[in-house]
Amino acid sequence: MARYELRFSGAGGQGLITAGIILAEAASIHEGKQAVQSQSYGPEARGGASKSEVIIDDVPVDYPKATKVDALLALTQEACDKYSADLKDTGILLYDTDLVTKLPEGGFKKVGFNIINTAKNEVGREIVANIVALGAMIALTGVVSRENGLKAVLSRVPEAFLELNEKAYAAGFEKATAAAKYLSLLHI
Amino acid sequence: MSKKVGFLQGNEAAAHGALYAGCKFFAGYPITPSTEVSEVLSIELPKIGGKFIQMEDEIGAMAALLGGALAGQKALTSTSGPGLSLKQELIGYGCIAEIPCVVYNVMRGGPSTGMPTGPSQSDVMCAKWGTHGDHATIALMPASVQETYDMIVRAFNLAEKYRMPVHVLPDEIVAHMRERIEFREPGELEIIDRTAPSVPPSEYKPYDTKFGDVPPLAAFGSGYKFHVTGLNKLPDGFPTTKAEYVQAEEERQVRKVTANIDEIVEFEEFMLDDAEICVVAYGSTSRSARYAVNEAREQGIKVGMFRIKTFWPFPDKQIKALADKVKGFIVPEMNLGMCSLEIERCAQGKAQILGINRVDGEPINPEQILEKMKEVK
Repeated sequence: MARYELRFSGAGGQGLITAGIILAEAASIHEGKQAVQSQSYGPEARGGASKSEVIIDDVPVDYPKATKVDALLALTQEACDKYSADLKDTGILLYDTDLVTKLPEGGFKKVGFNIINTAKNEVGREIVANIVALGAMIALTGVVSRENGLKAVLSRVPEAFLELNEKAYAAGFEKATAAAKYLSLLHI
Repeated sequence: MSKKVGFLQGNEAAAHGALYAGCKFFAGYPITPSTEVSEVLSIELPKIGGKFIQMEDEIGAMAALLGGALAGQKALTSTSGPGLSLKQELIGYGCIAEIPCVVYNVMRGGPSTGMPTGPSQSDVMCAKWGTHGDHATIALMPASVQETYDMIVRAFNLAEKYRMPVHVLPDEIVAHMRERIEFREPGELEIIDRTAPSVPPSEYKPYDTKFGDVPPLAAFGSGYKFHVTGLNKLPDGFPTTKAEYVQAEEERQVRKVTANIDEIVEFEEFMLDDAEICVVAYGSTSRSARYAVNEAREQGIKVGMFRIKTFWPFPDKQIKALADKVKGFIVPEMNLGMCSLEIERCAQGKAQILGINRVDGEPINPEQILEKMKEVK
């Protein structure tokens, strides 16, 4: 595969850096690809726009930051406004339908579902919204296999929360798949 | 057996590299963006009988570091700009008293508290000239997580071999990004320990040049008693103002590095064979440069990169040779032109020098470097 750039964006404290790390680990350790994860955040521990970027390639990754983003996750309107400008026209925007109501202009695919609400009310804990989003990003992009993504999730989380995270990952994967299918139907 | 691998931050890799090198003592004061070094070592050092101390501030931490090193341990501190400023007095003490230790400084925006979470490369001059007086400096610039691990090991080797403080200067991007890393097997990398005295305590002098430019260093508490001071001193360590000693000692301390410059200076040459333009880069900026050079080569532009791995001592000889060969240097750096000054000094007007300078907390991207290539005449 050629260089592929993913960005997880939202507010500080939403677990976006962790989601980026898990995806990069899935690619690098479990899938044998080259990956670099980096992040950018403000001085606040909570709140403020935050992003985590993952670059995946078959050859060693030189520039560790995104140049033209292939896939963007936006969990807040602020992050969507701030970080969507360099999303490729052929790229994918995954967004939370409750929190991002004003979508950016562009030819990229826009796929949304209620990510945080899914974590809170269907999986049972809002704290796993990042894992719901991760499952969704993997479903939409196919940068790593579903199995390798799950392996990376389970190797990162404490034992007491394995089941919760597995459920979150599956929920995200399936909801994004359904949302994408619905979209492609509309386009036909 | 397959190697142990991990997916680590530069800072975490630095901590593990230090452990591989035999570091048993850490003294520091946590500061963004270097705190992960402290976090890892506070967990790992007690497991191997080492000591981790969080001091009251960075000055205290540097003092503790010198003490730990004099007691015979390989000692590390980690900090960032504001902390590096505070440590300067005692870094100078480490230089004149010839105390081996490693100062790992993650470069963030400055001056003062600047931009704590933003990347920068603006401490390269502070590492060299932050402490007053003539002194030699060694400063290493990692560009990847694996290299951070390996360079910490090298920094300890150089500190021990030349009996002096050694700086490692990652920028925030290298320090915080995560990459796959292979943990080194025992014996895979060379480990150097300081030379211990071969004479009994009664005959020992801590600055005895009959053993060469790097006198053996005894560990405090091992039966050897000696005097340590920040004043110019005699071979036995006691202060002196005798001109012949002071002059000779200052020159010897600088000569430890200048006489061994070819061994100390490491660099990487990338696509420079037929290059008309040379991008000189270091740290994470060299990754943007490599990307830009690859892109430019596809467009038929004859450009290469000289990657600085040892910033101090500066690779004078290599830059001088390149200045005779290329039309121009492009020097991207996350400061307002610090490396450019050194290139100017070495190039002596023989080649054009174009800086790309960013201090806004954003990295220099490949596009900027590609654009700049058009300006080389």
